[in-house]
Amino acid sequence: MLLEVSNLVKHYPITTGALVKHVVGQVKAVDGVSFALAPGETLGLVGETGCGKSTLARCVAGLHPVTSGSVRFDGADITNLPRKRMRPYRRDIQVIFQDPYGSLNPRRRVGSIIADPLVIHRVMSGEQLRRTVQELMERVGLNPEHYNRFPAEFSGGQRQRIGVARALALRPRLIICDEPVSALDVSIQAQILNLLKDLQTEFGLTYLFIAHDLSVVRHISDRIAVMYLGKVVEVGDAELVYDRPRHPYTNALLSATAVADPDEAERRQRIVLTGDVPSPIDPPSGCRFHPRCPRAQEVCSSVEPQLEGSAACHFPIEVVV
Amino acid sequence: MTLTEIRPGAVTSQGIAGRGPWQLAWRRIRTDRVAMVSGLVVILLCALALAAPLIAAWNGHGPDDQFRDTGITAQGLPVPPNGEFWFGTDRLGRDLFIRVLYGARVSLLVGVVATGLAALVGVVVGLLAGYYGGVVDTVLSRLMDVVLSFPYLIFAIAVVSIAGPSLSATIGVIAFYSWAAIARVVRGQTLSVKEREYVDAARSMGAGDFRIMFVDILPNLLAPVIVLTTLLVPAAIVFESTLSYLGLGIVPPTPSWGNLLSEAQGFYRVAYWYLGFPAATLLVTTLAFNLVGDGIRDALDPRMERLFSRRRRTRKGA
Repeated sequence: MLLEVSNLVKHYPITTGALVKHVVGQVKAVDGVSFALAPGETLGLVGETGCGKSTLARCVAGLHPVTSGSVRFDGADITNLPRKRMRPYRRDIQVIFQDPYGSLNPRRRVGSIIADPLVIHRVMSGEQLRRTVQELMERVGLNPEHYNRFPAEFSGGQRQRIGVARALALRPRLIICDEPVSALDVSIQAQILNLLKDLQTEFGLTYLFIAHDLSVVRHISDRIAVMYLGKVVEVGDAELVYDRPRHPYTNALLSATAVADPDEAERRQRIVLTGDVPSPIDPPSGCRFHPRCPRAQEVCSSVEPQLEGSAACHFPIEVVV
Repeated sequence: MTLTEIRPGAVTSQGIAGRGPWQLAWRRIRTDRVAMVSGLVVILLCALALAAPLIAAWNGHGPDDQFRDTGITAQGLPVPPNGEFWFGTDRLGRDLFIRVLYGARVSLLVGVVATGLAALVGVVVGLLAGYYGGVVDTVLSRLMDVVLSFPYLIFAIAVVSIAGPSLSATIGVIAFYSWAAIARVVRGQTLSVKEREYVDAARSMGAGDFRIMFVDILPNLLAPVIVLTTLLVPAAIVFESTLSYLGLGIVPPTPSWGNLLSEAQGFYRVAYWYLGFPAATLLVTTLAFNLVGDGIRDALDPRMERLFSRRRRTRKGA
């Protein structure tokens, strides 16, 4: 396994008091998540806004310290490594960010942005660096002559290509894609997704692909993990999860995706969940989904279901074969 | 106002040249007549200050030469402006024009060097405080508060009484008072910029703290720092004049605008030029610097609300 995340927990303390701070609660953003990624595989991570998927990505990338649990990369424990010892792993783990506007420094030229990882890790310099950057730009579908331009001169899709080129520069093994297409138009989304797919075959990349849109994830993932309130509720083969969801939450999520075919749309039954997502400061007891679950019974509010097999649910939807 | 930049006729197939933020700012400031004229005044002043020895050599009046025959009236009073002494003479019969030029050397040097030092210290301290936060921020911020609440004249008197009045003491005192203002602005901006996603991106690539501070964050703070620095230069010049006027800064016979004003104050009834020319030069200089600073601010941040701006553009761009 290239990446192994086990029992990862990330809590943000809530503090009050002006001079002497004391903790009055915890935002349980990620609360015990485990998964593994094989080399060359793409794991899609879906869930609503605020379910902790971006926090999880940042913890795996080593951007946020982890409260407990472990992240192992290629067999080595990289949980909460100090900056200096984390450095060699950063070469192998790169991140593509969600916001193509916010993730590129507006005051720096595109060439120097893409060259950043190569400069930081002192891989090359001078003429060789410029050539490599221009090759990268060409590879991701940008005009290499636009080397000296500023990010403001590019469209959203082109900016995301810049982000991809930057993530690709060091030939990493794992790329964490944190909602890389959520901010783009649908037509541009497909272009970027296809680019990511092509690059995966070409360079043998492994993706941890985060999105809130199931149809986007299905297009690119081998396996899908569904998150709800800081926990993974269902994980499995992309097609299986998509066609035959077992967890009621996955089912509801899927029923909410738009379908292009009007006949199909009519036939489909939309499951509208009642209520809002509970606060991660004080999540419901037992199964976190039980207050909104159409299948909930008494046991659901007291006993937390474990993720055994594919779905963490006491009463999973029976799969009709 | 940015409409003037879009000229469809000017766009040729290869003419869509990339314009960086600085180029755009330059194009905007070029249309700002007040700023351009003020900029010319500043450049002219600097040129005159630099050329002061040449001018002195050309008309043969050294800054300390006393012209007892032509520079003093029969009553022993200063001579009014004439063909030989453009700004008149002072009480010792010295050429006031040359002395004002030599004073400009001192004033501009003090203004620019003191502000430069202050900007350097202010940027570094502000970045450290804003970036690291926590205890570092608390300590540095309180330090800024202390500096900003110091009674500066008492401090200046104390320094001078220990070190004696000199050019370097003057620069030191002014720099000591100016850095905190810059550090505060830089700290505030750093706090907002460091939350941007591109800072996370830099960190995810393995960039160190100093690289993030100086390569990723600093370029995004340069605009406010440049504006503040240009506005602090005239303040420093006035500060220097104040100190010299009180005898705490530059001491005679080296001329500075402050000590020229101080010498002239007994003569304003009989020799208006003695007080008038140094005062006017000081006024023009500080005004020009301030207007240039305003212009740069407008050019660097066109989105900024122009509510308090000195002019409103009602004319439509041609």
